[in-house]
Formats: sequence, structure tokens, C-alpha cells
Amino acid sequence: MTLLFQKEGIFSSLQNLRGIGRQSFGINPRGPMDRFAARVANLLAGNDEDGSVLEMHFPAAQIEFGEDCRFALAGADFAAALNGIPARNWAAHSARSHDVLKFEGKVFGSRSYLAIEGGMKTDRAGYSTIRLAKGSIVEREAGNFIDCHQSESSFVSKSILPAYSSFPTVRVLPGGEFGLLSDAAIRALTSEPFVLSNESDRMGYRLDGPVLSATEPAEMVSAAVTFGTIQLPPDGQPIVLMADHQTSGGYPRVANVISADLPLLGQLGPQDKVSFQLANIEEAERAAMQMERNLKKLRTGIRFGRFW
Amino acid sequence: MMIEPARIFSLGDNAVTVEFGNEISEALNDAAINLSRHFNAHPFPGFVEAVPAMASTTIFYRPHEVHFHDDLFPTAFASVEAKIKDAILNVSASEEAASQLIEIPISFASNHALDLEKIAGHSGITPDETIEIFLAKVYRVYMLGFLPGFAYMGEVDGRIAVPRLTTPRTAVPKGSVGIAGRQTGIYPSESPGGWQIIGCTELELLTDNTNEPCIFRPGDHVRFFRPG
Repeated sequence: MTLLFQKEGIFSSLQNLRGIGRQSFGINPRGPMDRFAARVANLLAGNDEDGSVLEMHFPAAQIEFGEDCRFALAGADFAAALNGIPARNWAAHSARSHDVLKFEGKVFGSRSYLAIEGGMKTDRAGYSTIRLAKGSIVEREAGNFIDCHQSESSFVSKSILPAYSSFPTVRVLPGGEFGLLSDAAIRALTSEPFVLSNESDRMGYRLDGPVLSATEPAEMVSAAVTFGTIQLPPDGQPIVLMADHQTSGGYPRVANVISADLPLLGQLGPQDKVSFQLANIEEAERAAMQMERNLKKLRTGIRFGRFW
Repeated sequence: MMIEPARIFSLGDNAVTVEFGNEISEALNDAAINLSRHFNAHPFPGFVEAVPAMASTTIFYRPHEVHFHDDLFPTAFASVEAKIKDAILNVSASEEAASQLIEIPISFASNHALDLEKIAGHSGITPDETIEIFLAKVYRVYMLGFLPGFAYMGEVDGRIAVPRLTTPRTAVPKGSVGIAGRQTGIYPSESPGGWQIIGCTELELLTDNTNEPCIFRPGDHVRFFRPG
């Protein structure tokens, strides 16, 4: 036994990035809402980036360690404390058997990620989300350690983090049905703030804001959508599809959030605000590649015991 | 060579959609399925998956890997777009994998066929006639979506092509076979849903095999039968 859930927190679940490649069977990749933070948590814990991590919302779980274990925290800052001593975010730490990890306040963001050295064991073929309830036990998935120099408390430099904010501006690419938007709707989409409605969850964020008017499509048959697709239902209130989106949809896809800015969205919750800005594919790819370079820097640093 | 796509456009910076048209037709669906089979058989560096839908295929890729292996183009998108155009010129019929015919047992017992009476009433025929009309057709799997392993199949005979329920059920039982207009589909797991339920199958549609997670592939054909 590696982790014991003394308190479950709300919507605590295990998420990984191994679910890709099966959308033609109607199975979406699911996975963490903030993929960047999940990958960093795994790297800091000495794991492969795609392995299972614990995704937590606030109030978060209370966890007892069942054995000596290195762990890492990334994403939202929920004021973590190990046996009452603050444990910094975006950092790796060492726990001893029977140590208790608590999260004492919501400092920033909506989703915090916990990774443990050796990874968390999950059913890889599972099609549904694994929720953690009080009394749940998470075991270590043995055998995928990378060679890792363990300093007592290694952390990540702010310079490689996405521009997290409680009211972010998120860049979007025009979607397949962008042309259906009226000029006024394009102006509203790219200049007005939108608020995440209370019906926002891991499947998608319903946005309250200006009603976007669009020409009704002659006919739209079901076609692929993805994490970050902004759909426009007939009521004119856009929906941003998030990690648990369905694989296909029939509403106009007016825009898609660029992948480098998805982590900014992943840290929002109901009643948070967001605004959108149009980008082009060159800018989107440059931002995605910069993020990959930052992760590579971190990976190399961890392997050679250098942090910054 | 296959049908010329009507449009090729980005779906974010990780995917490109190739749209052959915007209607349900076997020819457009064939084009979508053949293009996705081509890329599954001949993946390029950075390719993640090809996802066929009704009349389009979406190619998912990792931009940094595409760019690393092919820097002739200013963007990974342009590189993938060029590969798609090239594939459309070169996809030949011989590359098409054979589709399977899947036989599915179905029960029309009243506790399974939740909307059978209503479907029959819709066009003023008896439940037995409704069942006969439904069983007479072989259905094509156009695409999978909505739920893991949910196959959108067609075409349902016009006489039993009933609309969706005005108020969807909060829980359609696992295995239920539904009708929505000219489409039919099977719920692989319990789920909310608005299709009118004509019967139910006990066949397990999902598998434990990660590479073949369900018994259908787009392009397969399905025949329903009443077990003896």
C-alpha cells in the first residue's frame, strides 16, 4: 500500500496520457485537464511523463503514505502541507511511511496533480474515470523509474511555466465553421470576457457572455472534435470541450484553443473568467514547440540532477 | 484515386480534418474510411491516429515530431496537409481492408423493446411487422462516437425511421438497440440517451483488448437476428 485516502476531496481521480489512439472506436483520450502540470509532476517524481497521476480539486484529498515515497506536486496551489509543514508546489518531496499530506487552502488554480515515484497503478484498458473515495488505496506501479538524482526538494523554475492566470487570455485558431460567425460575433468572441457557467466540468466549459450569432449551417453531419474545440450550439453560448469530451459532435466548431494554452483553461473553474484572442497556425506551433523544449529542459535537468 | 475533399482545415494545432462533404452517403463515408485506413497502414513520423466520421477524416499528429522529421514545410500543419493531398492521389482500392459482417442477436421481449409499440404506432403497423422490417436490412457502420464502442449505423427503412424521444432517458440499459431517424445504434454501456429502443442484445460490444477495444470498425456491416 502506497497511498491511503483518509479524506476523498471532491472529484479526485487518477488520470494518465496513455489513452490516445482509440478515437476511431469512440474512445476519447480523457486524461488530465492540465496536461502540462501532470507531465511535470511525473518528471519531478522520476516517472515517464504519460503515467497516472492524481488529479484533485479543492477541497482536496487527505492522504496517508503507506511507505517511504518520493512524490511531486504541480498545477493548482492548494497550500500543501506534509505533517503540517508546507510542501512547495511545482516541486518534489520525500515522505516517510505514515506521513500525512493535506491541502489547506486554495491559493491558485482549480486542479492540483500529485505524482509518486514509480507511478500509480491503474487499469490501462479502463474506459471510465477512476474516482477515489474515502478509504481508497493507490498502489505503486513498479518498474518504470528513470535514473534520477534525488535532491531533497527539487523544484521547477517559474520561467518554464505557462502564463497561468485567474483571468487568462487564451489563443484560438479559427475552426472549420469559423466562417459561419457574423462579424459582430467574431468581435465579441475575441474581445469580450466569458464566464465559466456552473455547468462546467471535465467534459466541457459552458461559457456565459455575449450571445454569438452565426449563420445556420445548411447541414452538418457528425465530425471529429477535440480537447479545446469551441462549439457553438443554436443558443449562441459557446462550449469549450475539455478532457472528457466526446469524440465527435454536430455543432459548428467555430474555434480551437491552441494546445499550449490548454493548461491555462485546465486551471479554471466555475465563475472564473477567460477571454480569447485569434492566433495563426505558425504562432500555435511555435508555442507548442516552446512548451516541448521547456519540458525537455526539465527532463534533462532531472536526469543530471540540475534544477533551475 | 479517391474523391476530392471539399475542404482541408485544422482542428487546433494537433489535427487536420479532411472533409469530403456534409451528408450521410456511402461514397463519402467510403472516402473517409479509406483515407484513415491508408494512414493507419502507412503512418508518418509524428502520426497519432486517423479518425473517420460520417463524411470526413481527422488526422491527429504531434506537431513537434512532424516538424523534426520534415522541415521542408514552414509548419507541421502544412507538412501533414501535403501528405494528405499526396495520399488522396495515391490511395488505391487494393489497400482497402475487407470489412466484416457481424451478426448480432437481438431480443424484442417487452422488457427490452422499450419503445417498440411506439415505433409501430408511428406508421400504423404492428410490432411484428416493425421487427420484420428492422431485421430485413444489413446495416453499415458509418462511424463510432458518442460513447466508447457506439456505432452509428444505417440506413433504417423509412417506415420505422422514428425521431429521437423529446425527453431523453436518463439511463438507457446496456445493450439497447435504438433508432433515431434513418440511423440505428447499440448502447455498449448504460447511458443517458434519446434514441427509441426497439430491442436489446446480450452481446458484449467492448473487449479488454487495447488495440481492438470494441467489436466494430467503421465500414463493417451488421445483421441482427433473433436467437433460436
